Amino acid sequence: MTTEAADSAEAVGAIAPAADPGFLQRYGGTIEYVLIPGAALVGALGVFGIFVAMFGKNPLDLYFYMYYGAFGTWFSWQNTLTRAAPLILTALCTALPAQLGMVIIGGEGALLIGALSATSAALALQGLPPLVVQIAMVCAGVTGGGLWIMLAGALRQYRGVNETISSLLLVYIALAVLNHLVEGAMRDPASLNKPSTREIGAANMIGSIPGTDVHWGLVFGLIAAIAAYILIYHTVFGFAARVAGGNIRAAKIVGLGVSKLILTICFLAGGAAGLAGMVEVAAVQGRTNANLAAGYGFTGILVAFLARQNPLAIIPVAILLGGISASGGLLQRRLGLPDASVLVLQGIIFVFVLASDALYGRIGFLKGKS
Amino acid sequence: MDLGRISRRHLLQGGAALTLGAAVGARPAFAAETTIGFIYVGSRDDYGYNQAHAQGAAALKKIPGLKVVEEEKVPETDAVEKTIESMINLDGATLLFPTSFGYYNPHMVKMATKYPKIHFEHCGGLWTDKDPKNAGSYFGYIDEAQYISGIVAGYTSKSGKLGFVAAKPIPQVLRNINAFALGAKLANPKATTQVIFTGDWSMPVKEAEATNSLIDQGVDVLTCHVDGPKTMVENAARRGAFVCGYHTNQSPLAPKAYLTGAEWNWEALYPKFVKMIAAGESIPNFYRGGLKEEIVKTSPYGEAVSAEARKHADEVKAKFLSAEGYAIFKGGLVDNKGKTVIAAGTDRGQKDPELEKMDYLVEGVIGATS
Amino acid sequence: MADGSIGLWTVPLAVLGGAIRVSTPFLFVSLGECITERSGRINLGLEGTLVMGAMSAYGSSYLTGSPWLGVLAAGITGALLGALHAGICSLPRVNDVAVGIALMLFGTGLAFYLGKPLIEPTAARLPAIDFGWWSDIPQVRAALRVNVLFLIGVALAPILYWAFRTTRWGLLIRTAGESSDATRAMGHSVLLIRLRATMVGGFLAGIGGSFLSLFYPGSWNEGLSSGQGITAVALVIFARWDPLLCLWASLAFGGAAALGPALQSVGVTSGYHLFNAAPYILTLAIMIMTCSPKRTLTGAPAELSITR
Repeated sequence: MTTEAADSAEAVGAIAPAADPGFLQRYGGTIEYVLIPGAALVGALGVFGIFVAMFGKNPLDLYFYMYYGAFGTWFSWQNTLTRAAPLILTALCTALPAQLGMVIIGGEGALLIGALSATSAALALQGLPPLVVQIAMVCAGVTGGGLWIMLAGALRQYRGVNETISSLLLVYIALAVLNHLVEGAMRDPASLNKPSTREIGAANMIGSIPGTDVHWGLVFGLIAAIAAYILIYHTVFGFAARVAGGNIRAAKIVGLGVSKLILTICFLAGGAAGLAGMVEVAAVQGRTNANLAAGYGFTGILVAFLARQNPLAIIPVAILLGGISASGGLLQRRLGLPDASVLVLQGIIFVFVLASDALYGRIGFLKGKS
Repeated sequence: MDLGRISRRHLLQGGAALTLGAAVGARPAFAAETTIGFIYVGSRDDYGYNQAHAQGAAALKKIPGLKVVEEEKVPETDAVEKTIESMINLDGATLLFPTSFGYYNPHMVKMATKYPKIHFEHCGGLWTDKDPKNAGSYFGYIDEAQYISGIVAGYTSKSGKLGFVAAKPIPQVLRNINAFALGAKLANPKATTQVIFTGDWSMPVKEAEATNSLIDQGVDVLTCHVDGPKTMVENAARRGAFVCGYHTNQSPLAPKAYLTGAEWNWEALYPKFVKMIAAGESIPNFYRGGLKEEIVKTSPYGEAVSAEARKHADEVKAKFLSAEGYAIFKGGLVDNKGKTVIAAGTDRGQKDPELEKMDYLVEGVIGATS
Repeated sequence: MADGSIGLWTVPLAVLGGAIRVSTPFLFVSLGECITERSGRINLGLEGTLVMGAMSAYGSSYLTGSPWLGVLAAGITGALLGALHAGICSLPRVNDVAVGIALMLFGTGLAFYLGKPLIEPTAARLPAIDFGWWSDIPQVRAALRVNVLFLIGVALAPILYWAFRTTRWGLLIRTAGESSDATRAMGHSVLLIRLRATMVGGFLAGIGGSFLSLFYPGSWNEGLSSGQGITAVALVIFARWDPLLCLWASLAFGGAAALGPALQSVGVTSGYHLFNAAPYILTLAIMIMTCSPKRTLTGAPAELSITR
């Protein structure tokens, strides 16, 4: 009822052209993909409003501060985009394998290993021109993260180990490896109370997009998402992946190399999360330490599912969730809500969007019938 | 309800947010309505490190003319930069307390450079000459209070075996362990302190297991350095061991087993800071102190503390409070590998920067730093 | 180094004690998940259920003064979350793995949200039964201080094993897990069976959470679970949906969790981060050893999405 503030854009875009039946026949499917998640989002915001109202907070204030903290000012926009940047990349870690019907939830582990690899590369190449170091960091980050998730893919393909569970276990293992190295072999002796690796050097940092505070990770994310979209929907490889995702047996019958598909897709998926780790090092932290385990990998899972595993849809969804987390601080400060309210809201949105999956193909007027 | 109406409503209700344009950076010192921002790395109800700071913030809320805004669970990533900027831009905060160690470099330093008119006070004691002048970093010599705890523990222990549940082998933690062990040896020269590192700041199951393992080894008095001491205190008390608290006063959890504890005294320090600024005095960028400066304090003695222990502990406390002070780390100090770490004849007073680099455990401590 | 104490014996004793102390949440979650998965559905959200159970148990115990009401409240909370999971999953084309992840997030968030005022107060705890009375060694006595929930869990495993094989109820669940068509042909509703199985699973997982907050480590805070719920779900897969194997695996996990601190206490200090990751490495290693790409796992319910 009162939730239009945050998502009027989606709703308007979907409802306006609904008059022309020919248009509906052509674009009904696309409209569905905007309308249903939009409605789920409105429903989730409504439920969350009722939830905070039970604790004596005014839901209208809630919606206003959410909008204001996420998109209300230029500063809020930059805050949102900065938070969205790693989410685009970590969401790809779930969305790409999903094309094959695999559920990978270990993006956080790939991010950590990617960060560790990128840092190692930068430290090994100290003194070389920054561009060389940065390119090496990208390669190392992508390779590190890629191999990490490829391990989960290979275990699935060659040992039949469930990839959801194994990729999650690999997160905990990656964190232990990172802590072990950062407090041991790779520790900078000068990092006294915050065990860290040595710094990669100010010259090797990739910095912000000119005119903004948003780091280049956002551009990396956009490029990766678009590239993933093209790969999945406009190449033979992507077509093969989608066939295999629909039915492994069918894929085998038409002679698709399923092993190759699984390993390649998993490598690319982990590579995206590894790139997110590299960006966190090269644009934010300047070194590797336990701060890197900030949960971007886990929020990325949510982004991927909300985007229905579509690489292009990941971009707006990541911005939306970046906005929620950007406004979370304002909710704490102005409304006195605890930090966990963001988690609750994310959970409710996730539940609503998943439940809305049941609606596809069932909305009468989109089929032109009613 | 449309967006315009919501916005107008909030404008009319005087949502301070929308008048921020006038507030940002315009006021050099504390005028009538001053906003102070507190940022916590964990939950501010953690009954430990963050709660101690939140109690300090609560003391400021009582002062008229001050508005305190708080945000909890802010990770040590660019999220804290955005929270700082959000507090400055959207709330008009002019004094900020980022209270976690890992916020300082690169995050807070970057923000202090970007907002030279905003005053920053970081908890950690990390400021150096290279850092911006509007950035301060304070810390308390809580090892003084741990030393007192050690004396009390040394007298109370029947087995002469003390236990220490610690998070990570970093200088601040090692300094607390060593101070506790040295204090215990003052009471009982044969006392040993066994340490177990859990690996992270909040691992309740590991902390409980560490507590049990230590008691299995014959330890009968325990203390800790983790974010929330509640787990250690309760589990040790259940097994009949005595405890010394940390961060805040945990005696309500185990009134019979609680001996004393090392507590922060931020309720005293933060109002002092604010008064200094209001009076036009500048706070030293590197601000440190212990019991004498009322930055740390000890919990009142529990009923199990003997008169002898109280007398000795009070004597040493009086020395800390005296004008000439008292050095915990005196010359001729040998570590638990037999190496002399402080040469005979050189006393290292509290402000000695060498102590900031502590990487050893003193003789009498059972455990290793790696 | 450890004169006067029991020295190196600490390690096996701590592993034994850990197996008893730490294993209970694993045991309850894995038995609950076993029932749910046998009915043909996976609920990854039990991590959220565990945390929510821990919080509601602590809150109820604090408010009513009765830890047993806390256990009951945790069970009911878990069953409600289970019903939510089953309800959403019964909609067409909804992925149960994804719903589980969503409820993991929702349960954890809700527990943190509602649990803020519960961190500082002390709630009434569950009592312990002293099984070490025969021993003079205090360490042994401490290791054998057992909570009745642990005993219930241990008893539940063979009961479930027997129930799956012989009771009508067990047969129905297994049929729903093997073939929904056959279940329908027998005139039963697959969705209803799975709803009940998921609710029972949630009930048990909630009780597992109550053990965390009311017995060991024995208070509510936000780091309480640290992934135990999700590890327990993984455990079901390598226990091959066998309640008895779930019991052994849970005990092994409890012991593994005690290994890191115990090794440090006798002087093995290096690499404690890696020792702390031992339960995860162990799970992965066992899964690699026991799984096979050639055949579906023995005992795997055919309807289960993750094994197809």
